[in-house]
Amino acid sequence: MGNTFAEKVLARKAGLESVVPGQIVTVRPDKLLTHDNTSAIAAKFREIGVAKVANPKMHVIVFDHVTPAANETYAISHKATRAFVAEQGIEAFYDIGEGICHQVLPEKGHAWPSAVIVGSDSHTPTHGAFGAFAAGIGRTEAAAVTATGSIWLRVPETLRIVLHGALPPRVSAKDVILRIIGDLRADGADYCSVEFAGEAIRAMSVAGRMVLCNMAAEMGAKNAVVEADETTLDWLVGRTSWDAETLRRWAAEFRADPDATYARVIEYNVSDLAPQVAKPHTVDNVVPVTEVVGTKIDQALIGTCTNGRLEDLEAAADILRGKHIAPGVRLLVLPASRETLLAAIERGVIADLVAAGATLLNPGCGPCLGAHEGCMAPGEVTISTANRNFKGRMGSKEAFTYLASPATVAASALAGVIADPREV
Amino acid sequence: MKNTITGRVWKYGDDINTDVIFPGKYTYSLTDPAEMAKHALEDLDPAFVTNVRPGDIIVAGKNWGCGSSREQAVVCLKEIGVGAIVARSFARIYFRNAINYALPIVTCDAVDSVESGEEITLDFTAGTVTTPRATYTFPPFPPEVMAILEAGGLIPYTQQALGVKSKE
Repeated sequence: MGNTFAEKVLARKAGLESVVPGQIVTVRPDKLLTHDNTSAIAAKFREIGVAKVANPKMHVIVFDHVTPAANETYAISHKATRAFVAEQGIEAFYDIGEGICHQVLPEKGHAWPSAVIVGSDSHTPTHGAFGAFAAGIGRTEAAAVTATGSIWLRVPETLRIVLHGALPPRVSAKDVILRIIGDLRADGADYCSVEFAGEAIRAMSVAGRMVLCNMAAEMGAKNAVVEADETTLDWLVGRTSWDAETLRRWAAEFRADPDATYARVIEYNVSDLAPQVAKPHTVDNVVPVTEVVGTKIDQALIGTCTNGRLEDLEAAADILRGKHIAPGVRLLVLPASRETLLAAIERGVIADLVAAGATLLNPGCGPCLGAHEGCMAPGEVTISTANRNFKGRMGSKEAFTYLASPATVAASALAGVIADPREV
Repeated sequence: MKNTITGRVWKYGDDINTDVIFPGKYTYSLTDPAEMAKHALEDLDPAFVTNVRPGDIIVAGKNWGCGSSREQAVVCLKEIGVGAIVARSFARIYFRNAINYALPIVTCDAVDSVESGEEITLDFTAGTVTTPRATYTFPPFPPEVMAILEAGGLIPYTQQALGVKSKE
């Protein structure tokens, strides 16, 4: 009997011949990702009472949530993390300005096919876009992993989502995953490993694949994966310390078997897909953009770990170039990383967006979690490329967040109301 | 961990996310659990913080705790004295966070037969939840999970596993 991706990776990491869903295994993760919450994790680690982290090379620490520090409290937290990094000899530390952890981790070579990555952030499944097994955990758990170097994991059932066809113009990975979440709902993949497959995936960029894996968390997935192919390898070679041959071998070895057992296989044809929008206040409240066209907006946001990459900024610039956003609308642009920002500057994308009226913010999470840089007042409406629109998330609990693709957000900023990017 | 818990119910619906259990704007500014407790369910049910009593039990629909990995969504409820959470299902990180904080967490359909203010009893030995109108069974925790709960959470469990003494 064949195995799924998750079964193969967890069996190998647990040193077992094979594993079955429901089985609990103990593994030593290749990477532990933490961010601004590292100071809290370090405090928990000290509470455990061991002096040294189990493996300094396992740690990847990226400041992204509230950067630069918005006030003294955040500054104290950042300072504590910098001290922890120095004291423990952690090399993979990325201070403010490098970008969002889910962008910086792969850019700096810490993700690869079959790697096991746990992170104290719910969007850790993003790294499945590189063929890694990546799952989110809490702070205390991150502290325990810091102390022991290991974690228990339940082998998940697997949901396979096969995407046929080719995406129409101005329709992107974001629209695909919003539609899927709208159909499967917020708990549709609870505890599951999600495998994305099919020709639409093979044609998709690494950035698009990251969108799918990132948002699988919004339907409860433990991890999500796009099996690595030449697109993945092209992106990874030169970033990771592994050579192309090793990466290629792992990509082949950890591909799901054709006769693997799935909890469910779901097929879509994306050729006729319309742009999708998640309405307030849940991510699974999804409709085609045509149903919300005309909804007045106060703010538009392009960025976050979901859609802050170069192709996202380019999609927005294609719509806004030579034009200006509507009066009364605030457009916030946050590149996902320093690398993204530099590439966007080089290509003139930043100039196009800023000339069109965008406010450029530093690489980081920005207002996504409601801590700084663009929170909303009661009654205000934001259309955002982020992954969550929960009540109160972006500031006031009486504010409203719609989620959409970069093209839809850009078209809406231009119109001052939610707009269909195919009509611009 | 106690074998039985009886408490007054606060009943909520499906897909209650961690942003309404503990708002994101406080996640990096509040470090004291007592302060976290003051914001429990702030954007879901403002009456909760003022009226909750130690030992009360939250009963909810499916997918309780979806969204962020923020542990404060467990800590604020544990700190304010919530005795247990009973839901039709839990989001996986929330489930792990609750176990790691030794906050009893039970998966069953009790939400179907209880209202806010009524009492329910959880029996961990028998694996049952009894509401005024029905009794539900729930499967035992796997041994790995039970060991963490019995140790009083993941920190004491890890201390035992590594043979280090508690700093208390």
